Amino acid sequence: MEKVEMEVVFQAEETVRGSEEKPAGGPATAAEKRRVRPLRLDRLILPLLVFVMVLGLWQAISQSVAPMLPGPIQTVAKSWDLIREPFFDRGPNDKGLGWQLLYSLRRVAVGFSMAAAAGIPIGFLIGAVPAFHRALNPLIQILRPISPLAWLPIGLATFKAANPAAYFVIFITAIWPIILNTAFGVQKIPADYLSVARVLKLSPWRRFTKILLPATLPYTFTGLRISVGIAWLVIVAAEMLTGGIGIGFFVWDEWNNLSLEHIILAIFVIGIVGLILDEAMGRLGRRFDYEMR
Amino acid sequence: MKCDEAVDRDLIKRIETNYLEISRVSKTFEGANGIYPAVQGIDLKIRKGEFVTLIGHSGCGKSTLLSMVAGLVAPSEGGIVLEGKEIDGPGPDRGVVFQSHALLPWLTCRENIALAVEAVFPQMSRKEQKDRVSHFLDMVGLTEAAQKRPAELSGGMRQRVGIARALAIRPKVLLLDEPFGALDALTRGHLQDELLRIWEKFGTTVLMVTHDVDEALLLSDRVVMMTRGPAATIGRIVPIPFRRPRSRMELVRQTGYQHWKGEILEFLYGEGDAKRRPGGGDLQKTGAPEEGPAFVSTTDNR
Ligand SMILES: Nc1ncnc2c1ncn2[C@@H]1O[C@H](COP(=O)(O)OP(=O)(O)OP(=O)(O)O)[C@@H](O)[C@H]1O
Ligand SMILES: [Mg+2]
Repeated sequence: MEKVEMEVVFQAEETVRGSEEKPAGGPATAAEKRRVRPLRLDRLILPLLVFVMVLGLWQAISQSVAPMLPGPIQTVAKSWDLIREPFFDRGPNDKGLGWQLLYSLRRVAVGFSMAAAAGIPIGFLIGAVPAFHRALNPLIQILRPISPLAWLPIGLATFKAANPAAYFVIFITAIWPIILNTAFGVQKIPADYLSVARVLKLSPWRRFTKILLPATLPYTFTGLRISVGIAWLVIVAAEMLTGGIGIGFFVWDEWNNLSLEHIILAIFVIGIVGLILDEAMGRLGRRFDYEMR
Repeated sequence: MKCDEAVDRDLIKRIETNYLEISRVSKTFEGANGIYPAVQGIDLKIRKGEFVTLIGHSGCGKSTLLSMVAGLVAPSEGGIVLEGKEIDGPGPDRGVVFQSHALLPWLTCRENIALAVEAVFPQMSRKEQKDRVSHFLDMVGLTEAAQKRPAELSGGMRQRVGIARALAIRPKVLLLDEPFGALDALTRGHLQDELLRIWEKFGTTVLMVTHDVDEALLLSDRVVMMTRGPAATIGRIVPIPFRRPRSRMELVRQTGYQHWKGEILEFLYGEGDAKRRPGGGDLQKTGAPEEGPAFVSTTDNR
């Protein structure tokens, strides 16, 4: 069979699928993958143990070397009101953590959706048309490593408002894994599948919907999953600078109030929300992954 | 792909005997590490309805030749003519069964075949298409597995779906690239029988790559043996005279079977031997046993 020129352009990327979730051995069958693992004690007890140890260490540090740092007990005690009532609303500058989170999540949703809407088609073009790849790859490689916050002044100057600037920063940092993984997925389509399309003389539309898209979706979802993580990282940092309502600005505000307990609470919440976003994206991706169905 | 209405008898006859005509075909690959002449000066004429197997060492260019007939790879030199028309790209008149089966893993068996049927017969009604898919699923005995995805099938079942998909588009020529290579002997035997049955029923012209000499003897009208690459070419063509329908049990007991098998093996294993190379005299040897015709040998181009 004619070997399709499958330049592996984007390898050596932690953003490329394949390294994760796949066992190194032979491919597991779909049934095996679907089977729910029995809840074993060490899966519960070992992580809990680590958790308790970290809490202990934290307590020790706060009592010895860093007296400014509140310990775990103090943290819970002082931020109990915030935990108990996440959705209070006392005017524009005093809202519960739940509201702050929702505002941040909305920004992430907008920026991330824009990144996906642009990144997936661009990734397909780059993967399928070598000329596009040659034309765009240098630009992508230059833009990709730029720190999100370096984009913020550009966004603020261009849009003259905090929210669009935040969307822009998320967009411009979250788009690259989507583009790269999608392009990689297109290039990874087995040559035989494309030969099938040629022998059957599939129309361009069928070729796309029956072969290109299903073959690439798992890769695209890996990109989306990485991107949503990046978007969540970025929004917290961006909000600290732009202000308004949002979990990032909340952290900044509490720092100005010297309320470290609230900051620590916010950090936990940010981590848990990040985990949920990642898990949700992973689950969604699995639904579109032909290998896992 | 209709034949011209006004062709005279001679032409029809010529087309029937030279149904698929591979003329002076060469393929040179140009890669990152220089050029590689894979196959050179391939000449082969195949009759309508003939079953021809290609046999040769790994890497000699059997798949390359098959891909050129399929139209997936363009020859560097020479041309291939099917039914009087030069091949200039892939098309559904040549069904391909890939070595790796190449079923789409996100589609069920039924959907894999349906994709082919819908693409090739868009003028059929939904019902006709559906019936056609069912018919071919049934033919390869996979009606029960219709809703399964390739990952849930055994290797033999996958190959059967691949064969059903290739046949469902009613190809003039069926091209098979080591279709049973990865299967155990038992499954392989079943599928060989099935393929023979289908071939006898449809009268499709078949060009098949194999590594298995017994398989070649069981199935083919002619065995085409290729020399080692680079610049591999046809070393020798052996017509297999056994009466049809053939059965594997009878075949091995036939007088001559071991002889033909020996001839092929000798070609395959002797060919790489440097001492035998000069002049290629051994390759020209004819020594047909009483019941068989003399070997039809083509000259070694080197
Ligand atoms: N796209 C390609 N680019 C460069 N070289 C190629 C390409 N395809 C095949 N070749 C070379 O051409 C030669 C013939 O390959 P081919 O796949 O046709 O062999 P084969 O006879 O089918 O082998 P096997 O029995 O192992 O399947 C090999 O040496 C291979 O390396
Ligand atoms: Mg091969």
